[in-house]
Amino acid sequence: MMNKAYQFIRTREAVMRGLFLFCASFSILALGCICFFLFLNGVPFITKVGIANFFGTEWHLANASYGIFNMIVASIYVTALSTAIGVTVGLMTAICLFKFCPKKAVFALRQMINLLAGIPSVIYGLFGLIIIVPFLRDYLSPNGVGYGILSASIVLAVMVMPTIISVSLDALNAVPSSYYEGALALGATKEQSVFKIIVPAAKSGILAAVVLSIGRAIGETMAVIMVIGGSPVMPKGLFQSVRTMTANIAMGATELSGDPATALVATGVVLFVFTMLLNICFSLLKNGGKQ
Amino acid sequence: MDDRYNVSISDCNLYYSDFHALKDINIEIEQHEVTALIGPSGCGKSTFIKMLNRMNDLVEDCKITGNISIGGQDIYAKDLDINLLRKNVGMVFQKPNPFPMSIYDNIAFAPRTFGIKKKNELDDIIEHSLKQAGLWLEVRDRLRRNAMGLSGGQQQRLCIARALAADPKILLMDEPTSALDPISTGKIEDLISLLKQEYTIIIVTHNMQQATRISDKTAFFLLGEIIEHGKTDDLFSLPKDKRTESYVTGRFG
Amino acid sequence: MKSKAHNRQILRYRIAKWLAFTAFVLCILSLIAVLTFILIRGLPHINSQLLFGNYGKEPSIKPALVGTLYLVLISVLMAAPIGIGCAIFLTEYMKTSSRFVSIIHVAVETLAGIPSIVYGIFGYLVFVVALHFKYSLIGGGITLSIMILPVIVRSTEESLLAVPRSLREGSFALGTSKVRTIFSVVLPCAASGIVTSLILAIGRVVSESAVLILTIGMVVNKMPESLTSPGTSLALDVYYFGSHGYPEQAAATGVVLLILVVSINILATVLGKKFGKGELANG
Repeated sequence: MMNKAYQFIRTREAVMRGLFLFCASFSILALGCICFFLFLNGVPFITKVGIANFFGTEWHLANASYGIFNMIVASIYVTALSTAIGVTVGLMTAICLFKFCPKKAVFALRQMINLLAGIPSVIYGLFGLIIIVPFLRDYLSPNGVGYGILSASIVLAVMVMPTIISVSLDALNAVPSSYYEGALALGATKEQSVFKIIVPAAKSGILAAVVLSIGRAIGETMAVIMVIGGSPVMPKGLFQSVRTMTANIAMGATELSGDPATALVATGVVLFVFTMLLNICFSLLKNGGKQ
Repeated sequence: MDDRYNVSISDCNLYYSDFHALKDINIEIEQHEVTALIGPSGCGKSTFIKMLNRMNDLVEDCKITGNISIGGQDIYAKDLDINLLRKNVGMVFQKPNPFPMSIYDNIAFAPRTFGIKKKNELDDIIEHSLKQAGLWLEVRDRLRRNAMGLSGGQQQRLCIARALAADPKILLMDEPTSALDPISTGKIEDLISLLKQEYTIIIVTHNMQQATRISDKTAFFLLGEIIEHGKTDDLFSLPKDKRTESYVTGRFG
Repeated sequence: MKSKAHNRQILRYRIAKWLAFTAFVLCILSLIAVLTFILIRGLPHINSQLLFGNYGKEPSIKPALVGTLYLVLISVLMAAPIGIGCAIFLTEYMKTSSRFVSIIHVAVETLAGIPSIVYGIFGYLVFVVALHFKYSLIGGGITLSIMILPVIVRSTEESLLAVPRSLREGSFALGTSKVRTIFSVVLPCAASGIVTSLILAIGRVVSESAVLILTIGMVVNKMPESLTSPGTSLALDVYYFGSHGYPEQAAATGVVLLILVVSINILATVLGKKFGKGELANG
């Protein structure tokens, strides 16, 4: 009788182990499926319409022109500008929070920043749409257009700031305090110690924050489509309606079918490849930081 | 397994990957005896007792050769049920490790594992085990409170009660008092003297006075070998081996 | 005595500090501005028509509230068992240094790095095109469940690893099987950490919109009849109202969404703190 009970336990152990193993393998399975579906649909399309067409500069569905080059450039523009703004301001903020801020305020501000990191991107997009776009249109824009690269970059910069602040603040906090004390002991001022010793020592963590924010910015859709305008043209200035890759996908998504819809999938493949490359950079940096 | 729970080990070697942790162990331990294992840190005492309830299975790259049997049953046999073995060979750890649940649930854990669900049966087991562990009077009116609220000594006695509730035949104790204050230590030593009526006890200790106070037999370990094993009084007063003598007189370790 | 050069050095870094301070103030102000403007523009327009009215001449977010609830249920019910199971396998059955664990980690990290619009395309290709579900809440929910999987796996793994080894040993030493040890000792100890991760995952689902635009159809004016009907979510409504000429309603919906997400996050933080302090501190 005892034996039967143990037989049952043994079977249960084996079954549960199998279930857990399945769960663990699920993430690989899902990743495989995503790659499979994307490439299966996207790559044949690119070869069908021709690489020259697909990476060309004309997006005109009626002519079967599916060139996304302008959008790649726009994506890069917006990402670069927003990261530049976001990282500069975010890093400076992290440095202030790290040493130049009253300790009591730091805790409250950190809580607030953590909360802001969780706010939906569509809210940032809405903020851009009802505040930044009209403001730029009325006060700054030379041509009376508020939509475009500058609006999108500002919105994205504000959106990624909380992430940059918390990641780089963690990196700064991880620097041993003996570095700081050592610098002070040599007669350096507080400011010198922070900027010359601590910030360089936290370099890899800060770089990780930069790559992370690039990833967020290039992949962000909703915040961008609300303020970018959407004309598939080559970006020439800050105040001009353009279209990023993500905006291209989302804007056409609900209306298209047939070849144009597959063109969106192919755009997604390009975006996917971009972010995978970024991910690889990120993990290399992370591993580099460990050593 | 028959009713006699003697431990019999012959030609046993244990390796942690390349490290030869136990060398040519031969030992017989009779039932209803308290055996103290003494020796300097890292000499294999804990490894030895973990071998008896196969806790070493949890360690990576642990390899064991030789014959280890309890009550005539080879405990490393393929068809042996490891859970049944561990039920019969209870263990108390160096640091008290009560589960973060109520005192009641802690002790009911093992009986429930083995299929006892009826409340009155469980109540009886819990009262009995707590009485055996000398904790009943202290906790009887707060059985539903979290066990983490007990003091260190109480936690350790709770762990003993928890092990007893599984109805073991052999009780392994890995320095059970090393994390406790002298008063709690005294209580646990008294407890061991009572428990040996019913159980075979193997206890690792760093404290030689403790070994003389509580044990019938003592085994001296050094660098993975058993140097000497015999009656506690003999081993401490008339050690046969030079190394044992140096150790018990405090010249090293 | 300080030399002139030295003084100049000190001055330069002091200026850097003040620049940093300016950036800091700018940053905090802009983050506060986001919240303030959304609240100012949105709060006056929250009314019962918007929240609970039928979608007619005046827009309503009732379909979105229902849709969001459906999406949360579908995605969490799917992702929670798989994510927790995955974390259990990684921590309880595998050695931390093993090859399999690092492969899974890479897969999970990669999933976490995929932009949500790409998940949207995937969901579109699988559920709308390949399976002919058309646009549906179930398709969106399943796609979201893959997206939140990394959140659940990572933090569950962390809380399982935080459970002291001694508790597992204590349980095994009583003759308890592995599965019972996991369910009776390890999971209860890690419970609040796991619940926190699930709440964070809910926050992700509520915030998400790019996936949904491609999978659930953004039908803002009809109540979803079942899981297979198309629908909308709060975040999608914010976008829809915003870009279709209802900025006031967009801001009001934004406020509702904001309150929801912030309370979800606060709940997670409070639970996480309870966990951090550790019922296990002396275990």
